[in-house]
Amino acid sequence: MNSGIDDTNQTINIEIDLILDAIFQKYGYDFRNYSRAHVKRRLLHRLSSSHFKSISQMQHEVLHDPMFFQEILKDLSINVTEMFRDPKFYLALRQEVIPLLKTYPFIKVWHAGCSTGEEVYSFAIVLKEEGLYDRVQIYATDFNRNVLETAKKGIYPINRIKEFTANYQQAGGKQSFSDYYMADYNSVIFDQSLKKNIVFAEHNLVTDSVFAEVNIIICRNVLIYFNRDLQNKVFSLFTESLINGGFLCLGSKETIQFSNNAPQYDILNPHEKLYKKRIV
Amino acid sequence: MTYKAIVIGASTGGFYALKRLITALPDGLDFPILVVQHISPNSDNFMAKYLNGISKLTVKEADEKEPILPGNVYIAPPNYHMLVEEDFTIGLSTEEKIRYARPSIDVLFESAVFAYGAQLIGIVLTGANNDGAHGLSAIKKAGGLTIAQLPSEAEADMMPQSAIDLAKPHHILPIDGIAKLLTELNTNQKK
Ligand SMILES: C[S@@+](CC[C@H](N)C(=O)[O-])C[C@H]1O[C@@H](n2cnc3c(N)ncnc32)[C@H](O)[C@@H]1O
Repeated sequence: MNSGIDDTNQTINIEIDLILDAIFQKYGYDFRNYSRAHVKRRLLHRLSSSHFKSISQMQHEVLHDPMFFQEILKDLSINVTEMFRDPKFYLALRQEVIPLLKTYPFIKVWHAGCSTGEEVYSFAIVLKEEGLYDRVQIYATDFNRNVLETAKKGIYPINRIKEFTANYQQAGGKQSFSDYYMADYNSVIFDQSLKKNIVFAEHNLVTDSVFAEVNIIICRNVLIYFNRDLQNKVFSLFTESLINGGFLCLGSKETIQFSNNAPQYDILNPHEKLYKKRIV
Repeated sequence: MTYKAIVIGASTGGFYALKRLITALPDGLDFPILVVQHISPNSDNFMAKYLNGISKLTVKEADEKEPILPGNVYIAPPNYHMLVEEDFTIGLSTEEKIRYARPSIDVLFESAVFAYGAQLIGIVLTGANNDGAHGLSAIKKAGGLTIAQLPSEAEADMMPQSAIDLAKPHHILPIDGIAKLLTELNTNQKK
């Protein structure tokens, strides 16, 4: 029998439990209920590109060097994003959600896990084109301070614009995408007036609580990193934050179906994962 | 050795190769099959639907956190990495592309090694890149069974050839041979 791999794996799993405990106690970030396969992959990746011999050695470092913790935080919070990611999702928002939002005199929007802000500016553009921007307050939150700094600037590498433009067009964009940014040699800066009604703020979905009552929550590709218990907890937070008849919008592979909160929602669009909180 | 799961990686020409392989397998398969086929980010789940219609197994696009059950074939969704959790459920991730690929074959294979240890079968099929080579070699190191498609038969030979060079797999076989081997393993395991 080959017990070698199982033995190594057991040791690694113990080390992961310990480093996540250490991070939680020292820094308050709680990754203990994140998807294990993902956490393990990221920590082993960090390990292999470092001079450390084991995750235990990394644990020592993380406890004694806050800068090293920032590196680990970056590893564990996947920040990959793009503008109008999944164009059909934005098309569905425009066609199925916007008309209902228009019935409200004032609208609060929450982007949870907004990363570097591409998603926030994308939806801001939709709101502008639909004539709603002047009646919205947008909260854009993430637990990673560094990505929020980028989000606030609204400056992105120019080599991404081709992809963003194609997405914008497929998402039902009504203008020329270049109306929304100014380009220089290697970056583009988005129309600063898009920021007018956006507040970027640090918020941890695992450890922080409700901070506003909102009409729509967009939280995409964040919950896939959480285990079912944690997903449940976050769905409860969302349900508390939404007004009756408010909208919950998830990533294309995420669903509220298995959560305790499922009965409180109607499905607006099963493919694009658009849900409406019931009025009870 | 009894096996608990099969992981398969395919790229260019993979649709046809998978079609031949999956339709040649019997129903009541004793293990689940997890598949990464490189595919464009905005494609729909046509492949899973199509294969499900013509094979004896249940083929579906994988959903996050779903339990991995024997006799089912799980295809990684476009634009997501697919991982195996150690409680035998599906994990999905949007982390950056690995060797230009998302889903990545290496990501699936390496996570499957932690979940299944030596009780894993890894197969690298046709493709024009070198994804899967590292993953297959991880499976071999852990004591699992490793197979590469015969490069001369593959529509694109680079991927199986890279896997052969790096992992030195136990078997190098045409699709028919792979199907036969898996069917035999399944029969023996059921005894
Ligand atoms: C893959 S990005 C998703 C970005 C964007 N929503 C999209 O779909 O393109 C995931 C984001 O979730 C954030 N995140 C992870 N755990 C979090 C938590 N506990 N609280 C708040 N944000 C979190 C990460 O920092 C990261 O920016």
